[in-house]
Amino acid sequence: MTNSWTDIRNTDLVVIMGGNAAEAHPCGFKWVTEAKANRGAKLIVVDPRFTRSASVSDLYAPIRQGTDIAFLLGLINYCIENDKVQWEYVKAFTNAGYVVKEGFTYQDGLFSGYDEAKRDYDKSSWDYEIGDDGFAVVDDTLANPRCVWNLLKNHVAVYTPEMVERICGTPKDTFLKVAEMVAECSSPTKAMTSMYALGWTQHSKGSQNIRAMAMLQLILGNIGIRGGGMNALRGHSNIQGLTDVGLMSNLLPGYLTLPNEKEPDLTAYMSTRGFKPLRPNQMSYWQNYRKFFVSFQKAMYGSAATPENDFAYDYLPKLDVPGYDVLRAFEMMHQGKMNLYLCQGFNPLQSFPNKQKITASLSKLKLLVVMDPLATETARFWENHGAHNDVDPSAIQTEVIELPSTCFAEDDGSLTNSGRWLQWHWAGGTPPGEAKRDTWIMAQIHLRLKELYRKEGGAFPDPIVNLHWPYADPGDPMAEEIAQEINGRALATVTDTTDPTKVLAEAGKLLPGFAALRDDGSTSCGCWIYSGCFNEKGNNMARRDTDDPDETGAYLKWAFSWPANRRILYNRASADLNGKAWDPDRKVIEWDGAKWSGYDVPDIAPTAKPGEVGPFIMNPEGVSRLFTRGMMRDGPFPAHYEPFESPIVNPVAPNVRGNPAARVFEGDFKQFAEAASAEFPYAATSYRLTEHFHFWTKHVIVNAVMQPEFFVEISEQLAAEKGIARGGWVRVWSKRGSVTAKAVVTKRIKPLTCDGKTVHIVGIPLHWGFTGAAKKGFGPNMLTPYVGDANIETPEYKAFLVNIEPVSGPVA
Amino acid sequence: MNIELSRRAFLQTAGAGLAGTTLGALGFGDIEAAHAAAIRSFKLANTTETRNTCPYCSVACGVILYSKGDLRKGEQAEITHIEGDTDHPTNRGTLCPKGSALLGFVKAPTRLQQPMIRKPGADKFEPTTWEDALDRIARLMKDDRDQNFVATNNDGVTVNRWITTGFLAASATTNETAFETYKVVRSTGMLVFDNQARV
Repeated sequence: MTNSWTDIRNTDLVVIMGGNAAEAHPCGFKWVTEAKANRGAKLIVVDPRFTRSASVSDLYAPIRQGTDIAFLLGLINYCIENDKVQWEYVKAFTNAGYVVKEGFTYQDGLFSGYDEAKRDYDKSSWDYEIGDDGFAVVDDTLANPRCVWNLLKNHVAVYTPEMVERICGTPKDTFLKVAEMVAECSSPTKAMTSMYALGWTQHSKGSQNIRAMAMLQLILGNIGIRGGGMNALRGHSNIQGLTDVGLMSNLLPGYLTLPNEKEPDLTAYMSTRGFKPLRPNQMSYWQNYRKFFVSFQKAMYGSAATPENDFAYDYLPKLDVPGYDVLRAFEMMHQGKMNLYLCQGFNPLQSFPNKQKITASLSKLKLLVVMDPLATETARFWENHGAHNDVDPSAIQTEVIELPSTCFAEDDGSLTNSGRWLQWHWAGGTPPGEAKRDTWIMAQIHLRLKELYRKEGGAFPDPIVNLHWPYADPGDPMAEEIAQEINGRALATVTDTTDPTKVLAEAGKLLPGFAALRDDGSTSCGCWIYSGCFNEKGNNMARRDTDDPDETGAYLKWAFSWPANRRILYNRASADLNGKAWDPDRKVIEWDGAKWSGYDVPDIAPTAKPGEVGPFIMNPEGVSRLFTRGMMRDGPFPAHYEPFESPIVNPVAPNVRGNPAARVFEGDFKQFAEAASAEFPYAATSYRLTEHFHFWTKHVIVNAVMQPEFFVEISEQLAAEKGIARGGWVRVWSKRGSVTAKAVVTKRIKPLTCDGKTVHIVGIPLHWGFTGAAKKGFGPNMLTPYVGDANIETPEYKAFLVNIEPVSGPVA
Repeated sequence: MNIELSRRAFLQTAGAGLAGTTLGALGFGDIEAAHAAAIRSFKLANTTETRNTCPYCSVACGVILYSKGDLRKGEQAEITHIEGDTDHPTNRGTLCPKGSALLGFVKAPTRLQQPMIRKPGADKFEPTTWEDALDRIARLMKDDRDQNFVATNNDGVTVNRWITTGFLAASATTNETAFETYKVVRSTGMLVFDNQARV
């Protein structure tokens, strides 16, 4: 989230699209209710199902899953056509006037530079004209036909209300009502917030779904302000934290990136991470990258990271592919190229697409280790549970070790919520049986490995034996010790760069924040964006002061919000070019002639003059991007692509199947139903229920009683067409698998008309499996396709094709 | 902490003082003591309160754990009740149908109790010890790493990667667990490393 849960109270219009906050984030949704009750805010819900969020909305618009970009670009087109643009904001704070190089084109669904064989683009034409002064060429009048604004205008022109109806199935009248309400928020005194979740990410173009809304929010001037923003409602309690800390194949903590093999040394690595400003006077904060990187290496390798060895640069593995994401990992496993796999609190057998492939992959491992508080399906993938897990144990040669771990109530530490608040919690109970904390388990594995390498030698032991391990009890690190390591420490005395007499941190002390980081090895810091979380003032994540001056919802003294305790990202953009709030009633920070101050920690240097330094300080442009240069794999603008399994052929680009830049493994492509398939005519989607959390709460008796049994949800029309009774049994199958379930026949789902064709939707909730207190059941992943988003490889769980028929009764 | 103490003091006073008010006022002084002894005190009055956050979705509602026994005094502590934290600015004491049943998660019958091992081809798990399980994991990791570690690529560039073993991190572990896990996993050269955010 750019903003926070408690900031939603400040909004005028909530758009829930790609999520269902009332059911999946009920206590956060309360702030929508507050805004409606106290400010007269309106709620729009756009969803294939009439969800509980929709049931309390002011306007509900149905949409076919996988068509959000057409809808959003339709909204952008409407705003441009009807001059509903926050012009001052757009001109000053976005790259609307930046001139794009000759050679950049978009035609028939493809941007310039496409290579069909590689399913990838040569992105060299997706960039700005650079002037003789080394800066990007900008036309502030927006007259240049090649400036971003004019290219955008042309790009979205096809997404008329009629085209939106044709692609999305949203009736034109309803779409226009949404557009009118959204367009009103182009006023500097109206704020709209976007609340989205996995309904946007779990598509082969998930990243572009989000970009499309971010672009709309920029055009309306809604980023950086109270009650505005792009608010990702993360699915789990610490998905945000795990990502911030960089537990992804290609990441280092704090959104630094792992080197690839074209970067043999630190100089080569840094050469592509210079972040030279693209406009005069811009902060381009990533220019400090080297400080963050070197300090991280010092946290990892302590005294073994020296200037002489490039701060142990060789200790980091180098990538040969963009990333070993989970889809690639299970593809490798499926090909017999992996031997060991360790799962920490994660249940891939249930969570990953195409369960049959996951089972086959796990069956080829030598060893699977599962650390979990609960008895997961993954740890029992080899156990026969009839139709629900139809395997022959004797044919599976994988050794499995299951380790009992503690749950939240039995350990200390911090979790980062969607609003970027790091909140500390304390253990209240003794763990059951022999269950152990994950920190203990990981330490024990490390110490054993280290000992083996010390005794026996082996392949490149250096990073293992030299791993910095400064804990009082090496076998059982304490959460506070690790939190301090994440925050960072001065290894030598750190002084102010402009005033050497001013000491920022004495040697050995905790760093006040990331501004004190250095690139000479004199500081260590595990995750730069978290620096400040646990400094000499104490554990700031444990703060519990609810003081909130003028009730802005900032709560600056509650816990710690990264970065630098800032509550609203880009908050400099809440003020106009002179530094005055766009809306006096919605002030966040203002310029007083000498510095920035207000209700939040300014997201800009406190003395950066308003006319000179742009608000988007992380970008070399200093402004936000309506056109992303070469940063996205599938295009500098979003474009509508159908899901890989789609009930209709793409109306705007009939020759393009799926997202043309999405990676697809050969075997998986063969398992996709063709577009407009007669064999698989229905558009399926997956989702959560209010009463369950993922595959955890089926272990909880109360929740298992509330929602005991797997079901699928279909419209009355489809039920009538197929002769399916309410509560009757059905079989649902895709090209990859089959499930049986009870049918919930509902008015909540209605058929849509897309491209002249009736499209029926089949809803498949995800919470069941074969362990726990609820009845055994299948999930959507028996059916889902094995393909991910072009940029980040999140699987396309939300849009695929199935068939359905009534069957006589339960199978097992 | 002040808030916590005052809550506890309030609960204790409320429990013990119940008999002394209405009954006393009605003049039943003699039986008051006997009656007070017969009243079970309010359950939560004798519990330890601990601040925590809900482990499910990313709203991160504040919760209070009530336990018999105090971990901080080195005692065994059994959690007997969990409710929303009224001081928390986001949820203000409320919880959803999932959070309201958190106690059932802590005490789920399917919580794991001890390390288990399933041998190749077997149709059941057998108990093992932590020592044996961890020794076995470390041994197999080292053997696989020594056998498959790639120090340089075909162009002779140092790449120091290990891709035949992978690690899948969680979605609800703490940032501290996450960072320690990062250190342990990345120091081996593992690249097949992801967390639930990927999906």
